[in-house]
Amino acid sequence: MSHAATHDHHDDHHGAPKSFFQRWFMSTNHKDIGTLYLVFALVMFFIGGSFAMLIRAELFTPGMQLMQPYFFNQLTTMHALVMIFGAIMPAFVGLGNWMIPLMVGAPDMALPRMNNLSFWILPFAFTLMLSTLFMAGGGPAGGWTMYPPLSLQSDSLAYVVFAVHLMGISSIMGAINIIATILNMRAPGMELLKMPVFVWSWLITAFLLIAVMPVLAGAVTMLLTDKYFGTNFFNPGGGGDPVLYQHIFWFFGHPEVYIMILPAFGIISEIIPTFARKPIFGYKAMVFAIASIAFLSFIVWAHHMFAVGLPMGAEIFFMYATMLIAVPTGVKVFNWVSTMWGGSMTFETPMLFAIAFVILFTIGGFSGLMLALVPADFQYHDTYFVVAHFHYVLVTGALFAIIAATYYWLPKWSGRMYSEFWAKMHFWNSVIWVNVLFFPQHFLGLAGMPRRIPDYNVAFANFNMISSIGGFLFGASQLIFLGVLIHGVWFSKKKATDRVWEGAKGLEWTVPSPAPHHTFDVPPVIHDDELAHGHVND
Amino acid sequence: MGQQHDAYFVPAKSYWPFVAAVVMFTTVFGAAHWLNAEPGDAGFGKTVLLVGVIGVLGMFFGWFRSVINESLAGSYNHQVDTSFRMGMMWFIFSEVMFFGAFFGALFYIRMFSVPWLGGTGHGTLTHEFLWSDYAASWGANGGNGPEHVGGAFSTVPAWGLPLLNTLILLSSSVTVTIAHHALRAGHRGKILVFLGLTVLLGALFLNFQAHEYIEAYKELNLTLHSGVYGSTFFMLTGFHGLHVTLGTIMLAVIWFRVLKGHFNKDHHFGFEAVAWYWHFVDVVWLGLFMFVYIL
Repeated sequence: MSHAATHDHHDDHHGAPKSFFQRWFMSTNHKDIGTLYLVFALVMFFIGGSFAMLIRAELFTPGMQLMQPYFFNQLTTMHALVMIFGAIMPAFVGLGNWMIPLMVGAPDMALPRMNNLSFWILPFAFTLMLSTLFMAGGGPAGGWTMYPPLSLQSDSLAYVVFAVHLMGISSIMGAINIIATILNMRAPGMELLKMPVFVWSWLITAFLLIAVMPVLAGAVTMLLTDKYFGTNFFNPGGGGDPVLYQHIFWFFGHPEVYIMILPAFGIISEIIPTFARKPIFGYKAMVFAIASIAFLSFIVWAHHMFAVGLPMGAEIFFMYATMLIAVPTGVKVFNWVSTMWGGSMTFETPMLFAIAFVILFTIGGFSGLMLALVPADFQYHDTYFVVAHFHYVLVTGALFAIIAATYYWLPKWSGRMYSEFWAKMHFWNSVIWVNVLFFPQHFLGLAGMPRRIPDYNVAFANFNMISSIGGFLFGASQLIFLGVLIHGVWFSKKKATDRVWEGAKGLEWTVPSPAPHHTFDVPPVIHDDELAHGHVND
Repeated sequence: MGQQHDAYFVPAKSYWPFVAAVVMFTTVFGAAHWLNAEPGDAGFGKTVLLVGVIGVLGMFFGWFRSVINESLAGSYNHQVDTSFRMGMMWFIFSEVMFFGAFFGALFYIRMFSVPWLGGTGHGTLTHEFLWSDYAASWGANGGNGPEHVGGAFSTVPAWGLPLLNTLILLSSSVTVTIAHHALRAGHRGKILVFLGLTVLLGALFLNFQAHEYIEAYKELNLTLHSGVYGSTFFMLTGFHGLHVTLGTIMLAVIWFRVLKGHFNKDHHFGFEAVAWYWHFVDVVWLGLFMFVYIL
């Protein structure tokens, strides 16, 4: 009986199915599903990016230029929702899907069909959410945080709430799959403390996802019932409190911030050792630092709400807890630099993005420390300083890590080398223009320009124009990225070797390039010398 | 257990995940349309919602049937079983966090927002300027806020039906455990009796819960609109009731699967997953009984 069952899908063991529908819609293959995630994230990146271009165009000069204020508010809201839930998170899940089974010597994800469902929910969820832009009442315009009572005024609330529910279901299932894969599918000998740091970072991220996505679902459900079913969670007249929403939302929201950066830490911890040709400095410290950051993420949420009117004790607690995060983050930055110290470094594109990540993410971290100070935050709260801060951690942090990972593993995925020249063009354009785009926003915020406004005082004109020019050119630079990807996937003549990078270590480099449809049908033998972080004894 | 079972198992391709995504989308698309429809114009949204819900039920039926068939064919080795167990455990953890959001809201409202509206600590000015006559308290005298949203109401006494329901759910946890032990010992008749008893206790719980709701609406004027007391009461007990409903259906399905001889003493993940879920529902109820009804 068991023999017949294995025989049924015997054809799977040779290669990808021929039928397009079968391959991409009915997949149980972690590589194909990973590709779907990554392509989806890229599409969303350009959609969210086009919203950003419109925002910067409106802000190019003072006065109303192109659109009604209400549409501007829809753009800022949708830009955030699309980039967070559509681009950054699915990109990380895609990378996890592709790489985790390869890195731990598993044949696939633990629950391959649920994996496919996790992905296919997303296009539908975003169809639902983006469709509100074309409806009579317009899209959501109360900001991605959906604070009541403002968000309750929007007719699109039900669509957005249900879209968030779908994304949450997708994220939870994806996270369960990743945890089960890491805990249950590792090849014999791949002990927990021998796993690549990227796998560790995803294990911890997946835990965060399962812990907080249901909380977001609960928060938006309360919004839904407050608007449509007459509950009073956020209505003080009925005994509720709008600040309650902010507490629940940020109990989700702060771990969510780390959901978007911990896998990036993992990626950088893979790339720097490869191009410094040294094992990562302080492997265990790196793992424990990620775990500490994840733990702290649960007890800092109210630092998003310092200006809302919290009791003094709460403000002080959340201020100190927040500043505590600088310690494990400092450990990570120190260890990345120490890994490079004395290494024989080469500067291929993934390494360039990784180094830019270390420097620019640290800037975002420092501005975060400034925002953590309660008395200072009263000044900075809801200004462009906050916008500059979180774009440094999300664009030059999370996004740069995703781009670095794409260049790093693309040859393994496609079997072809991308054009190093054009990739470097992409890097230098990105790294220059992203700073022109976001650095002046620090000054705008310190001078008092509020976020989420379509028009502003003429005093802010110069820096806004500089920022917009940086924005347009940063946006245009991503077209180079698109070109490099298309060329590197289909047209490049230069074949990739199996190891791809001279200093690359880890199981993923032991399989051919491009990685065959099925890998590790039998568990590989683990040699400690082959692991990126060498022997971990102490 | 053949030789192949030591190798990895990767399931065959399936259209169910894609079908699931489509029907889930249909359901929420219909629901959103329905909620936003003009009064008297809810037909389209309702129809789509109904189609979606039927689709979701059909999807569960079809997907689980294919999985059960694979399981009966012996395709699942020990590793797959462990993956399933991990999946179920983390799913239950996510459910715990979902209820955590609503319990957190309840605690925040009782500890902070209602007392503040009454003028303590942080809320002095709100109280002074907006609702200076509001004497903050929970329950019937003030649980619906300073504007007495929904009008005067009484609360459901904890020591009547809720206590009975607590005893019912606790007994059902015992019966499902007896059934589990019977399964391990291979006594099919005993399993059927005690699992059947568990299903009946679940149904009885739901019946009493429905009675309680009807009484709350008709006699006590305690409704979903009764300020934040009504919101937390009905949302917490309502989501719990929904989970009991799902759990009862799952138990009933397992009963039929036992009847068909799907399980043996080493191979009964489906049974255990549902039993875990049932215990989880039970524990949530204990929290509800404590914090919603008694305190």
